[in-house]
Amino acid sequence: MRSLLPLAVAAGSLLAAALAGCSPVQPWVKPYQREHLADPIMSFDPHPASAAYMDHVYAVRQAARGGTGAVGGGCGCN
Amino acid sequence: MPRVKTLVGLSLALAALYGTRTLTAVLPEDTAEALWDHYSGDDQVINGKTWLIRKKFADQFDVQYSRVTDVVSGASVDVRITGASPYIERRTENDVSLQYLRGKTTYTVGFVGSYEPDYRSNSMNYSVSQDMFGDLTTVSMTYKRQWDDIYKMLCATYDANHVCVDKIRDPAFGMKRMDERSYGFGLTQILSRNAILAINYDLITDQGFLSNPYREARYLDPTVSRGWSLEPEVYPGTRTSNAIGTDFKYYLPYRAALDLQYRYYQDTFGIHAHTAQLGYTQPWRRFTFDASFRYYVQSQADFYSDLYPYLGSQNFLSGNQDLAAYHSYSFGAGAAYEFPIPHVHWIERSTANVRYDRLMTDYENFRYWLLTNPAAGIAPGEEPLFSLRADIWQLYISLYF
Repeated sequence: MRSLLPLAVAAGSLLAAALAGCSPVQPWVKPYQREHLADPIMSFDPHPASAAYMDHVYAVRQAARGGTGAVGGGCGCN
Repeated sequence: MPRVKTLVGLSLALAALYGTRTLTAVLPEDTAEALWDHYSGDDQVINGKTWLIRKKFADQFDVQYSRVTDVVSGASVDVRITGASPYIERRTENDVSLQYLRGKTTYTVGFVGSYEPDYRSNSMNYSVSQDMFGDLTTVSMTYKRQWDDIYKMLCATYDANHVCVDKIRDPAFGMKRMDERSYGFGLTQILSRNAILAINYDLITDQGFLSNPYREARYLDPTVSRGWSLEPEVYPGTRTSNAIGTDFKYYLPYRAALDLQYRYYQDTFGIHAHTAQLGYTQPWRRFTFDASFRYYVQSQADFYSDLYPYLGSQNFLSGNQDLAAYHSYSFGAGAAYEFPIPHVHWIERSTANVRYDRLMTDYENFRYWLLTNPAAGIAPGEEPLFSLRADIWQLYISLYF
């Protein structure tokens, strides 16, 4: 019986976690608390033309590609 | 004093409202950019121009168009090795996309066409992104399909300096095709009042002609005085890659931003690569300064070799330095100056920007083949390792309206 206790605790924890997943998520950063995040210096892509150019510079000289969130187009760049 | 408090309160409220606008499902800010770029490195000079405009209409739509033109001149190391002449070549790229916002969902469709005399590439991309969990989380999915036509050019006319000024397509090579499919998944998560994290994953598959018509592999050849000869490259017909990248931004207490990026990459050629980047942004009066350091390292492709033991020694062959093992450092610094444009009230903000990057790449198993000199004791495979040093300049103007 004692050996079943950890199993019951684990199952109870999983059930509690699953039920918590059903409740609405409360945003822990309210919209009026996002002034820092809204500052242009926090933008992921403040200058799209410049960022696209640097992506291109690296893409034609290095094997790695993708994983940056940019779509981009094709280029032979022979 | 109450007036000051009212103004501060109003500013905070506006900032919060602006924050809500930029971090939830909204269309991007109307922007126009003009960029001039200059690249010089490894006897190659590339000058380019980019025009970009992004405009909202009918509240729910946003259209973006950009045009890139590059003029490439000189001869990079692979051109010099194969004995081809320096050349001048122009590339044009057109990129148009349309975004549609409906509730907390944004749909995007885009087209990119890139044209060079020896390479035509067209791609379509589709993406959907959804805000959720109180707008703390944005999830996006992207699909891209690309069709490339590849040609090989021969020089028809040289100028007085033996620079090729007129090329024709090689009829013996004909046209080769390469198709690409790309599947992307992205997650952007607000972590706290000062921190935000983006994670992006891309699966890309290529099929068709994946090698470069100009590059060749070299092998030991005792029948010639320099000790090596060239043979055509042979690549596998498919390539699949996986890349996962993270971008973490943190707002520092004195109004500055820290940016940490990392990406892991692997593909079926056997290449594994790591990219790490550290960035810092500091506003000061009308200026915004930023600096970055980027480190990149990759292992070689399974079938790559700087020097094969004999002709046709493997079923796949490549002497392409991009598939070699190497590491690379980049240092960059930029400054933006915000300036008013008098009498043009529809422009809310305008900046003049300059940026410089220094790229330094050291190859671990790609040698400078042209320095072989058996008479001086430099046998094939003992030449100095190749390294690339490049300077990259950007000058651009951004208008926000």
